[in-house]
Amino acid sequence: MGRIEQTFRQLRAQGKKALIPYVTAGDPAPQLTVDILHALVEAGANLLELGVPFSDPMADGAAIQRASERALAAGVTLRQVLHMVTEFRTKDKVTPVILMGYLNPVERMGYAAFARSAQQAGVDGVLLVDYPPEEHHRHLFADHGLDNIFLLSPTTTAERMRLIAKQASGFVYYVSLKGVTGSHTLNPAEVAERIAQIRTICDLPVGVGFGIRDAETAVAIARFADAVVIGSRIVEEMESAPRDEVLTRIRDWVRDVRHALDQDINLEKEQA
Amino acid sequence: MQTTELPDAGGHFGQHGGVFVAETLVSALQTLRDEYLRARSDATFMAEFRHELKHFVGRPSPIFHAKRWSEHLGGAQIYLKREDLNHTGAHKINNTVGQALLARRMGKRRVIAETGAGQHGVASATVAARFGMECVVYMGAEDIARQSPNVYRMKLLGATVKAVHSGSKTLKDALNEAMRDWVTNVESTFYILGTAAGPHPYPMLVRDFQAIIGEECLWQMPELAGRQPDVVVACVGGGSNAIGIFYPYLQHESVRLIGVEAGGEGVLSGRHAAPLTANAPTGILHGFRSYLMQDADGQVLATHSVSAGLDYPGVGPEHAWLKDTGRAEYVAIDDDEALRAFHDLCRYEGIIPALESSHALAQAAKMAPGMDRDVILLVNLSGRGDKDINTVAAISGITL
Repeated sequence: MGRIEQTFRQLRAQGKKALIPYVTAGDPAPQLTVDILHALVEAGANLLELGVPFSDPMADGAAIQRASERALAAGVTLRQVLHMVTEFRTKDKVTPVILMGYLNPVERMGYAAFARSAQQAGVDGVLLVDYPPEEHHRHLFADHGLDNIFLLSPTTTAERMRLIAKQASGFVYYVSLKGVTGSHTLNPAEVAERIAQIRTICDLPVGVGFGIRDAETAVAIARFADAVVIGSRIVEEMESAPRDEVLTRIRDWVRDVRHALDQDINLEKEQA
Repeated sequence: MQTTELPDAGGHFGQHGGVFVAETLVSALQTLRDEYLRARSDATFMAEFRHELKHFVGRPSPIFHAKRWSEHLGGAQIYLKREDLNHTGAHKINNTVGQALLARRMGKRRVIAETGAGQHGVASATVAARFGMECVVYMGAEDIARQSPNVYRMKLLGATVKAVHSGSKTLKDALNEAMRDWVTNVESTFYILGTAAGPHPYPMLVRDFQAIIGEECLWQMPELAGRQPDVVVACVGGGSNAIGIFYPYLQHESVRLIGVEAGGEGVLSGRHAAPLTANAPTGILHGFRSYLMQDADGQVLATHSVSAGLDYPGVGPEHAWLKDTGRAEYVAIDDDEALRAFHDLCRYEGIIPALESSHALAQAAKMAPGMDRDVILLVNLSGRGDKDINTVAAISGITL
């Protein structure tokens, strides 16, 4: 059993929801990334999404575009991102790490070489935004113990959901709105309806992301999703913090979301 | 309009092409593909397309024998396919008319476009006005600075021009931003993609709409010169004018096809926009696989060209395929050579060519002197150069 599946099982047994923060590797500075990952886990993150910076992040809004630019300006490469995961794994052998990004750096490295290196580094899952199931080398990734995380969107038809459900592993990631990352217009009621539909088709845990910007929305989404993904808002928190306060700032922010999620679960239990 | 086996059902031309987009866009692209395939075999749709090309665009565009310039060069005869005489001054309008008709057929009231030199932006704004649609054009901030007359044209036509300040502030970044708009407004909006690139079905449908260029040449050349040309030359950025003139000639195997990329400061300098000539590796950008200028880590490189319309790090997937099969050859012309051809055509033939098209002209000028006088070179003069006079004047040290 992979770390991702194991994590979701444990959380389910504890009656908890997964909190998945996203940070771009190398932002705000390459030497901070591993510490940031540990800080996120310490604050209550269950899985980590580590962004691989790309020159043309078409699915991202302004915040993550800027994060990508900062990381690239610092010279961060896919190989370095994998080194960061290796370093993270020396102290943390349980928290799943998912690489998120765009296909071209992987295409350039070579699919087999990437799959091997990612496995060696201790990566658990790969989510490449512009790599739909029709083009995907899913067996190659699966053979190297990498879960294939796919996106589902408000425009995904039921037929396509079935196709994706067959190829996905770990969990599926529901993009909660039509738009880029960091948008503001998430509607929890609509998301709830779609997730109910996804569950009739797909047995995997369902994470929700794109547009979750505060604890209140995270709580609303966690009532029906298995995981909430928060990216742009965390990137913005780091961006606005002085360099020596970055770790405390995100630790505090993520801890608040964690408390809100756990408290809501307890409330529900009491009400039941 | 012709159909061949390529692309395959998934939009592939050999190893190139395909659909590499975020999930949110997949169903929109499938709907577009299905609707286009229906439209292509719908006689009413095709008749309307032809009617617009004739009465709104002004087709067929003539072919002109550039006798004085050919005489001056002292070799092969150069013929020019005059796409510069189309309404809005370039070949871009052929495609935007086709896509606007598709948008209307699909009930979309809002269209978006990306633009480099501004020609596709103007052509999109024009058809949006013609069909009563809202139009937003994304344009890199650097391109806005070097193509100001086209920016004002788009505004006159009622379009909103949005400056893109991310990345290199040129065509590729405008495309990123247009994709972001589309993913946000996918239900209300039709994305009029300007070149034979992007995710399937765009490379196919842009090629088909632009193929009118070559189809006309097939009957015009025998009429004017008594036979088909020996060589067809066209500039290649994304590659829409080139595929438009090449496509109907693919099965005429004795006709050499030459695509001309932007050599910028020279292919060896690294400061260019010539992925095919420079033997760039394959990459994935803007929804498709093709040869792509990138660094060793897969980050897309900034490109350099005097011509904004060729300033693109990738190339349409069908050109990559034609390079692989050897059916077409690809070469690069640098900024200085293109400028020389620009001035020569002005002086010898009384035609001000676009800087993009000047790259194809320069390649013909390079080849002609070494050839017999009965050899025929057909150059796609894809656009007129009025939009470029500020750029050329600045290079010549003249303030307008």
